[in-house]
Amino acid sequence: MTKYRISKTRFVDQTKTVSFTFDGKLYHGFEGDTLASALLSNGIHLVGRSFKYHRPRGIMSCGSEEPNAICQINDNTDLTEPNVRATEIELYEGLKASSQNCWPSLNFDIGGINNFISPFIPAGFYYKTFMWPKSFWKKIYEPLIRMSAGLGKSPTLPDPDIYDHKHEHCDVLVIGGGISGIISAKIAAKNNLKTILIDDKNVLGGSTIYQNNKNFLIDNKKSSEWLMKEIAELEEIKNLTIKTRTSLAAYHSYNYLLAKENISDHLPLDKKNDSIRQRLWKIRADKVIVAAGAIERPLVFNNNDRPGIILANSVKKYLDFYGVSSGLKNIIFTNNDSAYETALSLFEKGISVKIIDIRKKSTSNIVKNAEELGIQIYWNSTVVNTFGYKKVNSLEIMHLSEDGSNVKGNIIKIECDCLAISGGWTPMVHMHTQSGGKLDFREIDQVFVPNEKNENQINVGSCNGEFELEEIIKNTNNKIKKFLNVNETDFDRLSVLGSKEFEKKNIWLLPNTISEGKTKSFIDFQNDSTAKDIKLALREGFKSIEHVKRYTTTGMATDQGKLSNMHALGIIADTAGVKMGTLGTTTFRPPFTPLTFGALVGRNVGKFFEVIRKTPIHEWHIKHNAKFENVGQWKRAWYYPLNDENLHEAVQRESKAARDSAGILDASTLGKIDIQGTDASEFLNRVYTNAWSKLGIGKCRYGLMLNEDGMVYDDGVTTRLGENHYLMTTTTGGAANVLSKLEDYLQTEWPELDVYLTSVTDHYSTASICGPNSKKILKKLFPDKDFSDEAFPHMSYQSAKIDNAECRIMRISFTGELSYEINIESKYSKSLWESCIIAGEEYKITPYGTETMHLLRAEKGFIIVGQDTDGTMTPIDLQMDWIVSKKKYDFIGKRSLYRSDTIREDRKQLVGLLTDNPNEILEEGAQIVSELGQKPVQMIGHVTSSYFSPNLNKSIALAVVKGGKKMKGQKLFVPMENKNINVTVSDFIFLDKENKRINA
Amino acid sequence: MFIINCPYCGERDQSEFSCGGEAHIVRPKQPTELSDDEWAEYLFMRKNIKGVQFERWNHIHGCRKWFNMIRDTSNDKIHAVYKMGEKPPVI
Repeated sequence: MTKYRISKTRFVDQTKTVSFTFDGKLYHGFEGDTLASALLSNGIHLVGRSFKYHRPRGIMSCGSEEPNAICQINDNTDLTEPNVRATEIELYEGLKASSQNCWPSLNFDIGGINNFISPFIPAGFYYKTFMWPKSFWKKIYEPLIRMSAGLGKSPTLPDPDIYDHKHEHCDVLVIGGGISGIISAKIAAKNNLKTILIDDKNVLGGSTIYQNNKNFLIDNKKSSEWLMKEIAELEEIKNLTIKTRTSLAAYHSYNYLLAKENISDHLPLDKKNDSIRQRLWKIRADKVIVAAGAIERPLVFNNNDRPGIILANSVKKYLDFYGVSSGLKNIIFTNNDSAYETALSLFEKGISVKIIDIRKKSTSNIVKNAEELGIQIYWNSTVVNTFGYKKVNSLEIMHLSEDGSNVKGNIIKIECDCLAISGGWTPMVHMHTQSGGKLDFREIDQVFVPNEKNENQINVGSCNGEFELEEIIKNTNNKIKKFLNVNETDFDRLSVLGSKEFEKKNIWLLPNTISEGKTKSFIDFQNDSTAKDIKLALREGFKSIEHVKRYTTTGMATDQGKLSNMHALGIIADTAGVKMGTLGTTTFRPPFTPLTFGALVGRNVGKFFEVIRKTPIHEWHIKHNAKFENVGQWKRAWYYPLNDENLHEAVQRESKAARDSAGILDASTLGKIDIQGTDASEFLNRVYTNAWSKLGIGKCRYGLMLNEDGMVYDDGVTTRLGENHYLMTTTTGGAANVLSKLEDYLQTEWPELDVYLTSVTDHYSTASICGPNSKKILKKLFPDKDFSDEAFPHMSYQSAKIDNAECRIMRISFTGELSYEINIESKYSKSLWESCIIAGEEYKITPYGTETMHLLRAEKGFIIVGQDTDGTMTPIDLQMDWIVSKKKYDFIGKRSLYRSDTIREDRKQLVGLLTDNPNEILEEGAQIVSELGQKPVQMIGHVTSSYFSPNLNKSIALAVVKGGKKMKGQKLFVPMENKNINVTVSDFIFLDKENKRINA
Repeated sequence: MFIINCPYCGERDQSEFSCGGEAHIVRPKQPTELSDDEWAEYLFMRKNIKGVQFERWNHIHGCRKWFNMIRDTSNDKIHAVYKMGEKPPVI
């Protein structure tokens, strides 16, 4: 055993040695240790450097509130993780931990110079300093700030771990496995309620599980022994699930909670491999009992941040739970009775301890006990300074004046190697407020306590501001009985002996003889904000607590101010002379402790990140070397390179083939909505800009759909299959939204219409064959059909059969070529596609992808909604006036087309652009200007689509330009990084304006 | 995360629903007879109050029906749900 491992406890197995490294050096601890307790057992307090001043910092607590002891673990591996709290991570064989925020080493850190120049870096230093000269920002200031920002190192390798999500429902969820949580869970579970108890530690029992003090007896037993027995009984109850190593992350409305369970974080590296690392529980509870406990407050005095200065109850836990003494010459500095428990524990083990108390006296049992044992107590005193660079070695104390606002008398110097501080307790109200609960301020001991109004949630124990044993047991029992409607419990007649605290005193900022400007009294240890910084912020005019917080960064570090927020509030209230309760608190936001990204995303990584939709012809595309692009959730064939072709070469070949002979496109992803009902025609009249009533059965029509604000929303061809039956197609990406929008109007605005909508996107697949030889191919496929222009004109549809399977053939064109789309039930579509390829062989039918489709339609000047439009384009802007019915009384968006803004002539309008150099291809998204040289340059539009057209043998582009309609022939410029490209505004139909090819 | 009582399906998790903004804004029957200002009132103006609000919701990953909800935005308490076309219950 090391010098500091002074006793055996039932929580640490001293027969099982665990070796680990800290900053490269090998140490030993035991199974059951945390990294922090193992370091302390080796006499190591210094574990990190502070964020701003790079001051040496030591372990300060024993839980999630830890501000200082945050480490990088398993550095330089794919398992590395920054900012891990040494007080929470359980020790395992092979753990590699290293300190953060220090260079070149923890013991000698160059950034420590900040400590000496600190008078020059007050709160708001960055805001004030890095303002000028402006030119310094990019090369000097930003790199400098980036270097000093952040703590640990982010992992650079992919995370090899598996994470999981799980949904859970229960009658009662109990948050926290301390004494009040255990009482609550037992009452709930014994009354046949499905109960879950979660606790973030590996052992249940909170701080009572190591409470061996004889001043606290339950049922005439030591508190720890009584609770041990209760836990043993609890584990036998069937309808209770106990989840240890599980911390509550978020408490949302309607009792929906997220909790993170650590499954393999505590296992040795060789045992982690086959296990899920963490699981995120999504819990919906009928009733929630919060028993989250309280966090001990530090005290704020000069140099209160040295290694060896630890919260008093944490010193007790290291001693009574881990068997580790934090020091051999201990001083306890307190404003309340709870720290006396620590003193008694130390005394019992024969370790030197003295007490400094800011109160004048205390008449409680436990203090009397300490006095009887002869422990030296300095009453009415405060620490005014501490000494020791890498670990505290002595301190100075003085007497407090009558009102506590000043110090008086002589300075007494005392030697020590550990200073245990206690400023009272802060109830963990995070869960309560996250769920929407409000807080009340309790003046007597200066705490915020839950103001309970929610009938399905309750706070018990110290998170409810109950700090004394009798009170906790009695109130928890009574409240839970009422909450769960229970008449009788095991705890009704329990005898409890405690120690009542009568004298209370709190001073947020302890007085000193040294002027405030020269002291360093830390409030937020991780972000290095001091009492001085808070006061400076107030002097500079910040009043709201939310503003002071952001200006001084108090409470904004990874610990989210669990130790610091109350002191910041207290000092603001004292300085501004207002009551603390009227200030309110900053907002407690989830997560309570940092969550890994892995836990958040769970299994939704890699190929499970997003749903992937494939057409039934997908396998054929893969076999024919297609490259794919994502269109919404769909994988669409993008192009089919032959041999070593790149995208450009493949697209040029495909485009030429489609215009010269025949091309085939998988158009299955287009949205398809089946519309039926006696009012179907009227419905289409209302949702499209053009008229539908006179469309003959068997005919197709292109339609444009607007939003109510007049902007183009979607487009597509709709076919009239029967008197009361239409098939609407939508864009691939817009399908789901169009259906929702149509359903919305039908259900809410026009419920009188007899119309039924069914999405059939997945039910039918589409092969689109275009090109001058397409008709011949169709004839081969459907020998019985008459494909003459008279029998089967452009924009019409016929049903047909192939190998006895029904299909629908639409003669419609998105390329400007003679073109047929064959729709067939999806299960037959691959076979149909293969038949098309075989039939087209003699015409060298060429499969083409979306890129070629885009090029072909751009040659023809057809828009793509979402590429050439962006939600600010009306049909008039697109020069599509022809499709807007003048006769219809109303349709969605009609009234907006003559709002004062939509009739402006200088709106951006669709135009064609030709580059003066026909081989120069514009970049999509490039900005367009009308004049060069003038500054600032006014942008008048941008390029929306741009290609090299092999059929026209020149570069073509579509663009939207302010007032573009009247600019035909005008010269404009597209300024790029290294050159200006000269362009001329042209018609946006580049090919076959007379529509000869469609009817060829 | 609310639990919403769909008037057609019963209690379901909020993730099955989408919110469609303020309720009881009726599309004008004769839009062409409205001035720009009157049309803008219908098109753009929406309330965003702290307190009791009337909202449209859609059970989009369920029965796909639209319905109305009375919700207090200050504490997310849902006072009532009712079908489209029905009068809002008095709360």
